[in-house]
Amino acid sequence: MAILEVNGLKVYFHTRNGVVKAVDDVSFSVDRGETLAIVGESGSGKSVTCYSLLDLLPKPPARIEGGTALFDGKDLLTCSASEMRHHRCNDIAVIFQDPMTSLNPFLTIGEQLIEPLIYHPDRSQIKTRVEAKRTAVALLDEVGIIDSHARFDCYPHEFSGGMRQRVMIAMALITEPKLLICDEPTTALDVTIQAQILRLIKKLQETRNVAVIFISHDLGVVAGIADKVLVMCDGTIRETGGTDDIFYRTQNDYTKKLLAAIPEGAKTLPNRAKSDELLIEVTHLKTYFRNQLNTSNSEEHRYVKAVDDVSLEIARGEILGLVGESGSGKSTLGRSILQLAPTTEGSVKFSGQTLTGLTAKQLVPWRRRMQMIFQDPYASLNPRMTVFETLSEPLLYHGIATKKTIASQVKQLMDDVGLSQAQLRKYPHEFSGGQRQRIAIGRAIATKPEFIIADEPVSALDVTIQAQILDLILELVERHNLTMMFISHDLSVVRYISDRVVIMNRGVIVEQGDTETLWAAPKEAYTKELLAAIPLADPTAERKRIASI
Amino acid sequence: MTDAIEDHGTSLWKDAWIKLSKNRLALFGLAVLIMLIVTSLLTPLIAPYGYETQDLDMGATAPSLQHWLGTDIFGRDMLTRIMYGGRVSLMVGFIATAVALVIGILWGAIAGFFGGRLDAIMMRIVDVLYALPFMIFIILLMVVFGRNILLLFLAIGAVEWLTMARIVRSQVMALRHQEFVEAANSLGLSQWTIIRRHIIPNTLGPVIVYTTLTIPSVMLLEAFLSFLGLGIQPPESSWGLLINYGVETMEEFPWLLIFPGIALSLTLFALNFLGDGLRDALDPRTSKD
Repeated sequence: MAILEVNGLKVYFHTRNGVVKAVDDVSFSVDRGETLAIVGESGSGKSVTCYSLLDLLPKPPARIEGGTALFDGKDLLTCSASEMRHHRCNDIAVIFQDPMTSLNPFLTIGEQLIEPLIYHPDRSQIKTRVEAKRTAVALLDEVGIIDSHARFDCYPHEFSGGMRQRVMIAMALITEPKLLICDEPTTALDVTIQAQILRLIKKLQETRNVAVIFISHDLGVVAGIADKVLVMCDGTIRETGGTDDIFYRTQNDYTKKLLAAIPEGAKTLPNRAKSDELLIEVTHLKTYFRNQLNTSNSEEHRYVKAVDDVSLEIARGEILGLVGESGSGKSTLGRSILQLAPTTEGSVKFSGQTLTGLTAKQLVPWRRRMQMIFQDPYASLNPRMTVFETLSEPLLYHGIATKKTIASQVKQLMDDVGLSQAQLRKYPHEFSGGQRQRIAIGRAIATKPEFIIADEPVSALDVTIQAQILDLILELVERHNLTMMFISHDLSVVRYISDRVVIMNRGVIVEQGDTETLWAAPKEAYTKELLAAIPLADPTAERKRIASI
Repeated sequence: MTDAIEDHGTSLWKDAWIKLSKNRLALFGLAVLIMLIVTSLLTPLIAPYGYETQDLDMGATAPSLQHWLGTDIFGRDMLTRIMYGGRVSLMVGFIATAVALVIGILWGAIAGFFGGRLDAIMMRIVDVLYALPFMIFIILLMVVFGRNILLLFLAIGAVEWLTMARIVRSQVMALRHQEFVEAANSLGLSQWTIIRRHIIPNTLGPVIVYTTLTIPSVMLLEAFLSFLGLGIQPPESSWGLLINYGVETMEEFPWLLIFPGIALSLTLFALNFLGDGLRDALDPRTSKD
């Protein structure tokens, strides 16, 4: 019998601009020991569906307009507040996306873990502190926290992202729930950590026989973990079925579109590098930051070596992929090359001219020739400037356009990046993430640069949008004869776009080489580990991959 | 072609004006303020009596046809005195706040944007000024430069900018690591252009709110200083002074308190409505309708 049966769920948001049907007539069921994956892009209603089950939505504006959600035969949507507390405490647990913000920084993780046990709404179930601690420590062991007894009294900031997500999982499991809702539990994590966390969730599910609802936008992750898949778009179910059915035998256009958008395989365009001309030469570059948290006085720990003795070359016309996990120094390297971060030692040459050591004023003519595209399309545009102002600023500042020609030149830019000219006077908040990234790209190519550093330009975007932006970037590289350094943590994306790849870890270059050569025969252990951790959007291959590690 | 230019010639300020003109409460506030300012400017021409004209035999009388708002204990017309008082109060309010705004925003923006040692030095100066008892500061100014109404504005402004600088600095520190500022840097924009175009407009929300709070507190500060004999002196008047004297005789002659009080409250209401309207209008995220 299904532990959770949702029928005709409707959740509408009543906003000033009208009613938004966030979830419209959604039905599904989950059995014990089964994993249901809900897949969809942002705004598809996948999270709202799950949060409405636990009454975690802000009301107003949200309102549940219909449907039932039978959990063990009882309707979650109509139960009283105290019954809901009971369910939350005993039966259903949630693991949230961001382990950085879902733990209270002012309480030790132990204190947060035992909270549901010592403040249980049902008085008979309240445990003493000692008992609760025993349970919690055992559970921390189980989720793989080493030295769990000592770590019990540590604060969240003393844990890494992956460790925090383990703590979150322990927190979710401490009440022995029957249903576990995982809302993008690995999206904020590095790919090797993601693999560990997914394995942990799978293992715990099997030993405890809980039902899991796994919300994700990443089809690769879903392929490995799900038994059933629910594809959502615009608040409605597009398709539902067994994992293999969805991946291999889908009938639905939207699912097909999603699957087609996954960057897969090698770059389609030939290598354009004219290797005889080097555009960027980086030699023994070091960028150190003063360590703010440092308490010891030893020379060793006084600095954080974000970039430590890196040398690389980029030929004109080449797309270089720079891969690394968080904290590897890849973004700092990018900023150091553009002279946006102060370098400590070494040199950066652009087209033969040494940039390190130039004053801000001397750099201005060079800035025109090298640009940057940033990760977060929400933060990289000034919210108080219209698109027209944002795009005209570099043109006017560098004297590329005059007051007379500016209108037509900005319109030309809008055409280049595939935006309608009618949107010129809008502000950034009126655009979607993908459109904003197009604006940011437009600003970067406005000065007709020769070299662009793209720092995770698609990692904040949905998979279908991601594919469009990647294609736009490739098209612009081709048309404007650009040289590019493409920074990303996503290996599939890098493989799709780059001619050559540099792998970075802890501030140093681990390995570099032509993309396909490196993929076929990685030399270093770290590269092998990285490549092995990529989830594949193919259930059979993904299961084989998981089994092999 | 003219059409095309108009089409995207809009900027934050033009859009703000369009939105403000659709906000009735803000327009009402603006209208009241303009009316008060115009009245103040024209006071010497339209005031029914002279501000020093006394009628000691009459003394304090309740509002009547001759004296719409009554007279004070010296038999001076209250309407006239409130009109003349408004000149001083509004001038103090606006000029001192403007001084505070300009110094505070620039100081805070520069300290916050450049950070490091410069920030440390600039903010320590603010701390020192904070710690200085401002009465002593103002008395010193008065002693050195003599009593002068312009000096009074400057002195009050010089005290009020400290908080403004701190507010702006904290805003700027959060803003300067935003990617759009970094993008402006990578475009090679000069630091001053970045502060002017990308930083300051994004600090306006809290600044406007704080400004609408500063104007009334400045008006009351002037009253306090005048009361101590450091500001303006009778027979000249200001709303703050009138209220101070009104409080003393509140039980016998309530109109001496009520009418200047109404004048001050009306100004504050108008300021708040306008301030809220401006804050919303300058935020593109609020809708244009």
